[in-house]
Amino acid sequence: MANSFSTLAIDSREGVLKITLDRPDGFNAFNSEMGVELSAALRMAQRDDAVRCVVLTGRGPAFCSGQDIRDLRAAAEAAAGGPALELGAYVRDTVNPIVLRMRTMEKPIVAAVNGVAAGVGISFALASDLRICAASARFRLGFAQVGLVPDGGATQTLIQQLGYARASELCLLNEDISAAQAVEMGLVSRAVRDEELENATRKLTEQLKAQPARALGLAKRALRAAWTNTLEEQLAYEAWLQATASQTIDHIEGVAAFLEKRPPAFTGK
Amino acid sequence: MNNSIVTEKDGQIGLIRINRPETLNTLDQRTTASLCAALETFGADQDVRCLLVTGHERAFAGDADVPELVRTATVEPASAGQTGTWEMLRGVHKPVLAAVNGYALGLGWELVLACDIVIASESARFGLPQVGLGIMPGHGATQRLARTIGRARTLDLVLTGRMISAREALDLGLVSRVVPAENCLAETRNIGRELCRRSPLALRMAKQSVVAAQETALPSGLALEHSLYRLLFSTDDQKEGMRAFIEKRPPVFMGR
Repeated sequence: MANSFSTLAIDSREGVLKITLDRPDGFNAFNSEMGVELSAALRMAQRDDAVRCVVLTGRGPAFCSGQDIRDLRAAAEAAAGGPALELGAYVRDTVNPIVLRMRTMEKPIVAAVNGVAAGVGISFALASDLRICAASARFRLGFAQVGLVPDGGATQTLIQQLGYARASELCLLNEDISAAQAVEMGLVSRAVRDEELENATRKLTEQLKAQPARALGLAKRALRAAWTNTLEEQLAYEAWLQATASQTIDHIEGVAAFLEKRPPAFTGK
Repeated sequence: MNNSIVTEKDGQIGLIRINRPETLNTLDQRTTASLCAALETFGADQDVRCLLVTGHERAFAGDADVPELVRTATVEPASAGQTGTWEMLRGVHKPVLAAVNGYALGLGWELVLACDIVIASESARFGLPQVGLGIMPGHGATQRLARTIGRARTLDLVLTGRMISAREALDLGLVSRVVPAENCLAETRNIGRELCRRSPLALRMAKQSVVAAQETALPSGLALEHSLYRLLFSTDDQKEGMRAFIEKRPPVFMGR
């Protein structure tokens, strides 16, 4: 796949689309250009049937250091005289569609947090389905540091992930969190030695690829719906999704393989 | 031959599919006429106990065909008693189900609003773009919406043309249930099959009574309800339904 991106590196092979945030001179800070490109890359992953799962990671010492502050400043100066940068519109038009696409895409997304994750970088990690990090990774929400509010869904996903109390600590105290602390509080599932991150990520994607893609997509949908459904609604929802899943070739293969005591060979259909 | 409307009998369900896959099921005049004819035919068919209207994967039904309107529209006042297209559904005394799989826009949403049970897929979207075209909804939306969700929310939708999701439509009480896209038609068919096992007379009277709720003052609505209720006691279906209940077996309704 041609890499026509300037803030990302895209590597699509063997069913895994790897998106590497790539602005190493600025700790992979997020800006509007990266927003457009990340949206496009995710759309690509969503539409390409050959892509079975997505990896989101960063190049260099950072995963993503959050919104590029210089960008905000430049925009504010450009708009001098008029209103400052329309940050509300920026979040609505640039950040929100990315988070929504990550959450609704029916393919698993693995965040491999290779280094510093701050601000909206944490939001993107939280919008992923599985999270692992390098031992040297550090986390800091950071929004308060520049007088802003956590965005990219973090105020909701943090509560879902860590509970209200822990989410409040992160949002209100704005402290640095080490990889070990992040694991302990459930912000990431596990931390591995820096040099092992790539291998550990590959292992996860291998595992995901061996699973029935359609069923995973439907499971992701069910998990998402669970946040707003009552038990009654969720039970009905599961029944509907099961009706769909039971019509897949992978389901038939899974049952056959189980009865024949052999590993299943899923095709994603 | 016009194949933009495909009809099929699925048991006692009269299934009508709006099928213009090259468009978002734009309701041009020919399609609308065929659709009305199909609704009328199934409405009068003794073997059909309920109707099910659906579209294709991307759209349930779109708005009218704008270029066609430009060509054909003339400025003349409606003649006395003339009403919107979907008022023909008043003559259909059977449940009309809608399986809304994608967009329902303009005239298409007005059709949905005139249906009885609406099953929307999670990806369904509803909107009234007419005011943006310099006209307004003219086939039931302003009246049905205002009576269902009130003036403020109706004007928000009518004047801005803002599209709403299936969830929002459910919260507003404009659809009956929201289901995953893959199950939308199947789920609606299931409801249809369930209705086909019920007494057509009971369905008819119950529908008539509920529809009257939006059209009459409470005392006359209550009077109508009670008289329809009493009337059903004179039917064979009432006797069969109650006997089956006591004998713990499924009833067989003959519509008498």
